[in-house]
Amino acid sequence: MDQVQPFIYPGDDGAKLMPKSRYENFIGGKWTKPTDGRYFENISPTSGKVICEMPRSNAADVELALDAAHAAAPDWGKTGPAIRAGILLQIADRIEANTEMLALAETLDNGKPIREGFAADIPLTVDHFRYFAGAIRAQEGTIGNIDGMQSGGGNSAQGMMAYHYPEPLGVVAQIIPWNFPILMAAWKLAPALAAGNAVVLKPAEQTPFSICVLMELIEDLLPPGVVNIVQGFGVEAGKPLASSNRIRKVGFTGETTTGRLIMQYASENLIPVTLELGGKSPNVYFKDIMNGSDEFISRCVEGFLHAYFNQGEVCTCPSRAIIHEDIYEPFMEMVQQRVAALNCGTPFDLNTQVGAQASSEQFEKIMSYMDVGRQEGADVLFGGEQRSMDGNLSGGFYVQPTAFKGNNGMRIFQEEIFGPVVSVTTFKDEAEALAIANDTLYGLGAGVWSRDANTCYRMGRGIEAGRVWVNNYHSYPAHAAFGGYKNSGIGRETHKMMLSHYQQTKNVLVSYSEVPDGFF
Amino acid sequence: MIDRVSATETTVTLIDELVGIHGPVVFHQSGGCCDGSAPMCFPRGEFRVGSRDVFLGTIHNQPFFIAEDQFTYWEHTQLIIDVVPGRGGMFSIEGPTGQRFLTRSRVFSDEESAVLQNNPPARASEIDDIEGLKKTS
Repeated sequence: MDQVQPFIYPGDDGAKLMPKSRYENFIGGKWTKPTDGRYFENISPTSGKVICEMPRSNAADVELALDAAHAAAPDWGKTGPAIRAGILLQIADRIEANTEMLALAETLDNGKPIREGFAADIPLTVDHFRYFAGAIRAQEGTIGNIDGMQSGGGNSAQGMMAYHYPEPLGVVAQIIPWNFPILMAAWKLAPALAAGNAVVLKPAEQTPFSICVLMELIEDLLPPGVVNIVQGFGVEAGKPLASSNRIRKVGFTGETTTGRLIMQYASENLIPVTLELGGKSPNVYFKDIMNGSDEFISRCVEGFLHAYFNQGEVCTCPSRAIIHEDIYEPFMEMVQQRVAALNCGTPFDLNTQVGAQASSEQFEKIMSYMDVGRQEGADVLFGGEQRSMDGNLSGGFYVQPTAFKGNNGMRIFQEEIFGPVVSVTTFKDEAEALAIANDTLYGLGAGVWSRDANTCYRMGRGIEAGRVWVNNYHSYPAHAAFGGYKNSGIGRETHKMMLSHYQQTKNVLVSYSEVPDGFF
Repeated sequence: MIDRVSATETTVTLIDELVGIHGPVVFHQSGGCCDGSAPMCFPRGEFRVGSRDVFLGTIHNQPFFIAEDQFTYWEHTQLIIDVVPGRGGMFSIEGPTGQRFLTRSRVFSDEESAVLQNNPPARASEIDDIEGLKKTS
C-alpha cells in the first residue's frame, strides 16, 4: 500500500473511516432499535474519546433476536452445504476487499496498532471463512454396516444399515471478547454458519463498533435472521442470552468465573458449552538455541517479544519466559535491545508495533499488577510504568513493554495480567523447565525453542496445553486446532473439528427386513 | 483479626448502590483472560459456590469467594477491592454504572502469614449462615 503518513483519526476531516454517531442492533436482517430506546457511549482507547452510541439492549431485545434466529434456522439448516459455503466465500471476498476500513475500525475500537489489522486480524478473518467453506463442502457422514449383528430388537440378520448425518443444532448463542473483535467473531461465526446454525452474537461492550462496520459490509450476503447482533452490557444483554432456554448451545470466550456461570445456566437448560478462558502461557528457551545461526537466534528473541503483540491482550500471551540459566544474560541482553527499538507511536501509523490497551479498567488492572510484582519482590528488568502520548491521543490508555524477573510462585507468574508484561525466570534442566511450564492452573498455549528435535518432541508432549508452538509463536492458521487444557476451557476452535461442536449426529438406522423380528 | 479481603471507601459506596438495586450480592474472584484477574459481583443467589470455593471473608457484609486452586497462589496476599471507571466485566452487575471493581493486593508480612496459616479459611460448602447463598454441600 502507499500509505506513508499515519492514517487520519477516524471521524476527522479526510479520514478513510467515518463512524456514524449511533448504531443499532442487527436483527432479522434489519438494523433494529433497542426496545427501551437506551444507548451507551463507546469510547476509543486510543484517545479516550467517544466513537459512537450503541444499543443498551436487554432481555426483550434478546428475545427479538432469538425470534429472528428461530425463523431463519430451519431453512438455513436445510440449505445445501455448497450454497452455505458459497455465501461464506462471498463474505470472505467482501471482507478482503475492505481490509483497510475494517483494520481502521479495529484500531479505533480496540487500540491495536493498524499494522496488526493489515497483517493479522483481517487476513486471518478472511481465511477463516474460506477454510470453513471448504470444510463443510468436504464433510461427510458415515455409513455403518450392521448386517448380521446381535442388535437386541430389530433383527439385523435380514439387513440393517446405520446412516450417520451431521445436523445443525439450530439456534446458538455466542459471546465474544474484546481483544480481537472481528477475528473472534469470525472464529465463532464461520463454523456455526458453515454447520447450518442461526446465531445470536453478543459482542463485548468494550468493542461493539467494528463488528457493526463488518455487518454493514456483509449484510446483503446473508439470509435475514441467520446472524443477529445484540449489543449491550453483559449483565443486561449477555446474561439473558446465555441463560435462555431457546438456544441449543453457548460458545464463550472470556474468564473463569463467567465460564462457570455460563455452564451453570447451560446445566439448567441441558445444553453444551464450549469455552476458552485464557492462560498464562510459558515460553521455554533451551540453551541449544545459541548453536543456531544469528538469524535463528534473532527469531528466538522475536519469540520473546511476541508477549507485546496486541499489547499482551491475547489469551495465549507468552507471559512467562522460562530461560536456561546458562543463556539468560546474553539472551535477555538481546531482548532488551530489541524492546528498546520497539515503535510505540500512534496506533494509526503502520510502523507502530505496540498500541493502546483496550479500556481504562484493563489499564488499571495492568498497573495494579505492576504494583503486585514489585511488592512480591520481583525485579523490574525494563518498563514497569504507564506511558503517555501527545495531542489527540493524550486521553488514551498506554503501558510500557515490561519484564519482571522472579519465581513461578509469584502472582505475576500465575495470573493473566493481559498486558505487555512478561514474567521471566530461569531453569537448570529439562525436567525443571517442564515442571515450571506446567505449574499453572491454565493450559492454553506454550512455546518451546530448541534446535534439538527430541527435546522439542518431549516438551511438546509433556506440556499440558492445547497449543504448543515449537520454534514459533502467535501463529493461528486455520486447520490447526486451538483450545485449552485444565482451566483454559473446553473444545477446540480454528479446525474442522469445530464443526462437531456446532452439529449433532443423527443416526438413521434402517432395516431392510421383509419379515417380523419374532418378538410379538 | 487479619482480613484476607477488604474494601476501599469507593467500593463500600458502590456496594451500597448495588445492594439497593439487586438486594444482597456475592463476589467471586475470576481468573483468566479478558475480564479475568478481577472480581465479579452477582446477586447473591445467582452464582453457585461449593466445596472448591474458599470464603475469604466479607466486604461491607457481602461474602467474597475465590476458587481453591487459585487461592493456593494468592494466599500470601491481601485482596483490597477497589473501584475504577470502566466498562464490562461480563455479567458482573456493576457494569452499567460505568465503574468496575478492581482487585489490588498487599503482600502479607511473615508474621501475618504465620497467623493466617493457623487460621485457614472455610470452604463455601461448610458455611451455613450466609442467607440466600446458592451452594452445593
